[in-house]
Amino acid sequence: MSVKLTTRQVGDVTVIDVAGRITLGEGSSVLRDAMRDMVSKNQKKILLNLGDVSYIDSSGIGELVSGFTTVTNSGGALKLLNLNKRVKDLLQITKLYTVFDVHEDEAGAIRSFA
Amino acid sequence: MQENASHTPETIERFLDSTLESVDSAEELAVGMAQRAGMDEDGLMQIGMAIRESVVNAVVHGNRYSAHKKVHFAVTSDGRRFTVRIGDEGEGFDFNAIPDPLAPENLLRTSGRGIFLIRSFMDDFQMRRLESGGTEVTLVKNLVST
Repeated sequence: MSVKLTTRQVGDVTVIDVAGRITLGEGSSVLRDAMRDMVSKNQKKILLNLGDVSYIDSSGIGELVSGFTTVTNSGGALKLLNLNKRVKDLLQITKLYTVFDVHEDEAGAIRSFA
Repeated sequence: MQENASHTPETIERFLDSTLESVDSAEELAVGMAQRAGMDEDGLMQIGMAIRESVVNAVVHGNRYSAHKKVHFAVTSDGRRFTVRIGDEGEGFDFNAIPDPLAPENLLRTSGRGIFLIRSFMDDFQMRRLESGGTEVTLVKNLVST
């Protein structure tokens, strides 16, 4: 399986549930398109739920950074939810863990956008 | 890392097309061999990712997806270490020109983390320019504690 995105709205926060592999090719382009779509629709509060992401490569990390920059530059905020150990380790060794606002609890993450 | 006293030495060599499908094939072949060699789960993930990043570099940056160029992929496991060689037929590049992805000014770059991840996950990593003009990388992961 490559990657599957499911979008839902919780108040004014758009939650994107991401499942599968975010790797060079389809996985990273699907995520890139979703981020651009959110920004074009003026969705400014985006929570990426990575709980079901089994694998992410450097291209996938690049897409997370790109999404973060795109959303932030448009005046919005992109936050991460439910990182598994591997994704968390990757963000830590690349020093990106502190760049992103990372949450383990969805309700708390939603409240943090207020 | 775990001890693997009964390991049978094994070598796999392939000339892969310059496609993203080759990235999956290379990862699958190497991880399968590492598994047979007794590598633990974390080691398998690290080898898989390091190979993935290396073959992506060969396919995308080296051979630029050319249908006329191959990626040379060779994996050897001798019971003590797991060695992978990946060569492309590209133009080569300046290794010293790769910016430090951990430098504050580079943290928000959307690319340039591949080689850093490979170095992080493997016990040894070497790059060399081939006489034919391409680039070859050698990745080593120890199977037993040294």
